Amino acid sequence: MTRYMLRRLSHSVFILVGISLVTFLLVHLSGDPASLYLPLDASPEDVEAVRASLGLDRPLHRQYLEFVRGAVRGDFGISLRHREPALNLVIQRLPATLQLAVAGMGVAVLTAIPLGVVAAVRRESPVSTLASVAGLLGQSMPVFWLGLLLILLLSVKMRLLPPSGRGGISHLIMPAVTIGTYSMAMVMRLMRSAVLDVLGRDFIRTARSKGLPERLVIYRHALRNALIPVVTVTGLQFGVLLGGAVITETVFSWPGLGRLLIQAFNNRDMPTIQAAVFVMAVMIVAVNLITDLAYSHLDPTVRFG
Amino acid sequence: MSEQLADTKRSPSERPIKGDGLWKKVRISFKKSKSAWLGALLVGVVLTAAVFAPALAPHDPYQQDLSSSLRPPVWDGGSSQHPLGTDHLGRDVLSRVIYGSRISLLVGFCACLMAGTVGTTLGLVAGYFGGRVDDLIMRLADIQLAFPFILLATAIMFVLGSGLRNIILVLGITGWVIYGRVVRGQVLALREKEFIEASRSLGATPFRTLTRHVFPNVSSSVLVIGTLEIARFIISEASLTFLGLGVDPNIPTWGGMLAEGRQYLSGQWWIATFPGVAIMITVLGLNLLGDWMRDLFDPRTAS
Repeated sequence: MTRYMLRRLSHSVFILVGISLVTFLLVHLSGDPASLYLPLDASPEDVEAVRASLGLDRPLHRQYLEFVRGAVRGDFGISLRHREPALNLVIQRLPATLQLAVAGMGVAVLTAIPLGVVAAVRRESPVSTLASVAGLLGQSMPVFWLGLLLILLLSVKMRLLPPSGRGGISHLIMPAVTIGTYSMAMVMRLMRSAVLDVLGRDFIRTARSKGLPERLVIYRHALRNALIPVVTVTGLQFGVLLGGAVITETVFSWPGLGRLLIQAFNNRDMPTIQAAVFVMAVMIVAVNLITDLAYSHLDPTVRFG
Repeated sequence: MSEQLADTKRSPSERPIKGDGLWKKVRISFKKSKSAWLGALLVGVVLTAAVFAPALAPHDPYQQDLSSSLRPPVWDGGSSQHPLGTDHLGRDVLSRVIYGSRISLLVGFCACLMAGTVGTTLGLVAGYFGGRVDDLIMRLADIQLAFPFILLATAIMFVLGSGLRNIILVLGITGWVIYGRVVRGQVLALREKEFIEASRSLGATPFRTLTRHVFPNVSSSVLVIGTLEIARFIISEASLTFLGLGVDPNIPTWGGMLAEGRQYLSGQWWIATFPGVAIMITVLGLNLLGDWMRDLFDPRTAS
């Protein structure tokens, strides 16, 4: 177990190095970073002065090390637009995005797992048909269009929910459903096929033949085993949800990390972009690591394999 | 010679289905599957719209007419001149939706071809040679998977600048991972098979072994992923264009229309509704076809 954890951990460190490299290169690939700090008609001497003050005249690998040193300490520089440390901006927006992602995940898992199980256990029932249709539609609908339709229906026509902004629970419902629908469809389809797969195994036949009530066969034996692959995919969905946050936050004017990022892109606010991208990626790496460790706990063949 | 020998070593179940047999199997399965029919029908409609757009569209999709702007669809009090209404510049929504299919399919198909080529090649190489090459390629995939797609895509679009060509490039570059992983996994299993060993021991170059013997055995998976990936790319292009990072807003695209229609949600529902319906029809059709093919080629995952 310890060996598996160590290997998995070193793997994550490697990925973090890769991420830092990509985030660092973003600045240099998109043109001369010094030009972001200068008016268009700046003289060559001014450009040189700024380059020197930003450390851009040093070799690239030295700059990279400097960037990593800053990133580890949480220093990504000052936001060009907000005149504030970029990391502060990111941390201010983080709770809103996490709230949205967790709520979306909640919507997805709480509907997907019961629906998936019922669809698998009662294969010919209307619930099963409903589940397959919902699964297909959920995966075929663009996130932002679903958001627009919800606003159109629930805010404009029925005037039930506020169309934008962050506030009470009524503000959260539509964005959470919007962001969670794709993952819901994904998890439900997987849950359904996992339960179907488990129900065909020998140990289920044993459980049935020893006279266990069908309800207990499902809950105690089938569900537990079917959840193993679902845990992995649910963990991976976290990254999808964070990506979805960029779009969902734009649709609902949700004041989170995604919107900060898009605004920073439009303002070419490099330090903010780097901080936001880096923080998001680190979160995803962390969640994937936790998922893998949870998975190895649930399925012992992984850690000894 | 090498094929002959390889063939005798293969058990019948391992032999890839070829020629008439395959087509027969496809035809029979297609006739039986309702979802395959529906999928083909939906994709067919969109393909027709894209190919015959100039003949099908009632108006020029670029033509503005401010005197007839924001007209509702024909059943909601509009005129039959603009069956699905007009947008804020008086452009015909139906015509723009029809022309929008061209961009969506073009982006989806080209990006898929690019991602598929890169991903399959890397997957074949990683799985067949193993060792350090494999490690390098798979770690690269891991790094990329740590970034949410939309994050990576917006970052690259930011570097390259927006536009049709760059969006294809971005989707093509970021989309290789899934092909790479699946193909690699299958090659790892195939590598141990006798017919691959036979080919190798007869002195075939790795290139020949990979192209003649390994690739045919993974091609059905590549095809299935490709179909599902076109659908995903179409949604991705629309999302990026919606965020203002994709195709030029003047060109009629579904994502661009949705971004414009968003501002008119409270009064003019139709502008942001029909492009979304078009995206969903296309993506649903491709997903249905993709699911059908997956069940056909890989009975183990059949539901």
